[in-house]
Amino acid sequence: MKEFVEGSHAIAEIVKACQPGVISAYPITPQTHIVEDLAQMVSNGELKSQFVNVESEHSAASVVLGGSATGVRVYTATSSQGLFYMQEVVFNIAGMRLPVVMTCANRAVSAPINIWNDQQDSISLRDAGWVQIYAEDNQEAVDFHLIAYRLAEDKRVMLPVMVCMDGFILTHGMETIDMPEQEKVNKFLPVYKPLYKLDTAEPMSMGLLADPDYYMEARFAIQETMKESVGYLSEISSEFKAVFGRDYKDLLVEEYHTQDADKVIVAMGSVCGTIKEVVDEQRAKGKKVGLLRIISYRPFPYARIYEALKDVPRVAVLDKAVSLGAYAPIAVEIKAAFYGKKKGPKVISSFVAGLGGRDITLESVHEVLRRLTAKEINSDFIDLKPELLKEEYGK
Amino acid sequence: MFGPLTVKPSESKGDKTGSWRTLVRPNYLHKDCIACRMCLMICPEGCVKGKEKNAFSVDYTFCKGCGVCADICPKKDIEMVPEEPKEGDR
Amino acid sequence: MENSPLFKSGHTACAGCGQAIAARLVIEAAGANTIIANNTGCLEVFSTKYPETAWGVPWIHSLFENSAAVASGIEAALIYLGKKDVTNVIAQGGDGSTGDIGLQALSGMLERGHDILYVCYDNEAYMNTGVQRSGLTPFDTNTTTSPSGVRSSGNLRPKKPIPEICNAHGIPYVATASAGYPQDITRKVKKAISIKGPKYIQIHVPCPLGWRHETNQMLPVAKLAVETGLYPLFEYENGVLVNRKQIVPKPVEEYLKSQGRFKHLLNNPEEIKKIQEIADNNIKKYGLKVEA
Repeated sequence: MKEFVEGSHAIAEIVKACQPGVISAYPITPQTHIVEDLAQMVSNGELKSQFVNVESEHSAASVVLGGSATGVRVYTATSSQGLFYMQEVVFNIAGMRLPVVMTCANRAVSAPINIWNDQQDSISLRDAGWVQIYAEDNQEAVDFHLIAYRLAEDKRVMLPVMVCMDGFILTHGMETIDMPEQEKVNKFLPVYKPLYKLDTAEPMSMGLLADPDYYMEARFAIQETMKESVGYLSEISSEFKAVFGRDYKDLLVEEYHTQDADKVIVAMGSVCGTIKEVVDEQRAKGKKVGLLRIISYRPFPYARIYEALKDVPRVAVLDKAVSLGAYAPIAVEIKAAFYGKKKGPKVISSFVAGLGGRDITLESVHEVLRRLTAKEINSDFIDLKPELLKEEYGK
Repeated sequence: MFGPLTVKPSESKGDKTGSWRTLVRPNYLHKDCIACRMCLMICPEGCVKGKEKNAFSVDYTFCKGCGVCADICPKKDIEMVPEEPKEGDR
Repeated sequence: MENSPLFKSGHTACAGCGQAIAARLVIEAAGANTIIANNTGCLEVFSTKYPETAWGVPWIHSLFENSAAVASGIEAALIYLGKKDVTNVIAQGGDGSTGDIGLQALSGMLERGHDILYVCYDNEAYMNTGVQRSGLTPFDTNTTTSPSGVRSSGNLRPKKPIPEICNAHGIPYVATASAGYPQDITRKVKKAISIKGPKYIQIHVPCPLGWRHETNQMLPVAKLAVETGLYPLFEYENGVLVNRKQIVPKPVEEYLKSQGRFKHLLNNPEEIKKIQEIADNNIKKYGLKVEA
């Protein structure tokens, strides 16, 4: 059923449809509306979850860890500082192979403190062992939560999934969404049947100490499962299409006019909407420009990216995050996809944009295309204001 | 794929911590025992078994020789005696 | 209470470990219908080293400071599943993980009113990492991060009053116990389990390694802490002091003499006087002295 709603509310609706048993979250802008809506739903009796108002994000993640370990579907949401505060629990949840689903309302990280959107928060947790999928718009954000639970709870996977949506831009943006109906959700998403759980009928110990004789295999198993998940995402996408009609292809990337492109921009999240406008405009002028949108950041789809871009002479990677002291995160992975291979772009240039919510405009995208020349650029910041920079403090 | 993750109690036999004993081991005299069960209750290993008077015993596979059972026995019916040399001891 | 399957032999605790004794008594008192969330620490490490586990009940370890929060999630899930009425939930950890790094999670659990028993095994330092000082390390104790030396008589801060902090949260039951009184532990755990809501029990557990006493001295050492008034045993119900173990007070020097961690105080009458004052204050505050 089509609704014109705020992104956050749409997420609350879809989480309600997934019927988690335990919800726990701590307020942080710009996630708050999602959790407030869920609280109201519980209060109205529309949602029969146990809603646990915790005293920190570390505890929010710990509560859903405990709930998931007891064999119940769970949900939490956070951003930025909250995600960082729960970081050790995030790693713990993946290591313990618990199918937690979390919404990350992407927001810049301190310091300086900034509540607006970039992708530094979730990207900084890329090593954690969570599947990370990034939505371009709110329809995807909604659909991806269903896909997240389906993937996380798959007996072959049992890994937590983070659905990333740009804070404010998507969470507080109003869009027309085709809200999945409960019967279809029930058809797509089976009742959760845990492989292991805390149950007095069948006691077991979880979270044991693993010394050097045992630790590596536990980690290797997650790495292998991540690799296998590349294929499972395609499978689940087909199932999704069969029930809801929307086709996310392999849920790894979206190729937008990349087939015969001379220049392709690689990006992730809502900025792709802006980039698509520029691509359309350029194509109308006969310029062969394209966009490769990354949907699955973890597992990173190296092979798929290779296939998509191997014949494209020039690629510009647009990162909304930095790895201070090194090249930007997505750019590094894109380069890695081609190293040692027979084919690949002659130039992969890397740009950092949109940090702390600085608007990425159509003009910004044009700037990227202009600077995508034969000379490789490494992690240049665009739309920078030099007047704010001083060589020495206080002068 | 899954690696080391969970353990069921039935899958675990425990470490044979009896090998830790080097100096003393408990000797249950079975003379004045009143079956108060304090030795069974206080053992950190939980390796004391018994029900009837003068019929409590220690599982030496796990006993670490701490001596708390001997200390708690109200009838002094448990004494700590030198540990017997084991195979491999010099 | 046969060689109970709820906490099995074959764990790797030090010989004579007070915490192992207390942990076994706690789970046996709570029974098989119990789920445990355990903080990182001695108990967790010595009871669950893959592929071994000493636990015969469902048991989970997540991190150092979050057992109270993990237990909150377990309790919430059990309520959702309709199983909470037949399942006990225990969150447990040492003094450091409870009163220092885990205080926030504990406070949240108490404030939210979860039906969980929190058990703190108080051996008065971060023992698992090598006897470092915690917020519950008593005044003048020698630990590796509060060592006695020319300029210092050990830990210069008083013991953080976690039972009182828990009591201030307005919870139905707060108690202290000691490994020196094993039947009292059993009684208090059974009582706590029968009460609905958040409960806190702090158990004084000697650590032969960290306190430096012979393994077979666990009972006398633990008893002396209580008999000197340094570790009062009491019960609060809904904020009211309903019970305390009354003593014929022994001088604190007897307790200090029994362990190597206080050795540096024995020729320091000024410091012993300060510690006696702490004991006397406890005796007064809780009415511990048996009237003649």
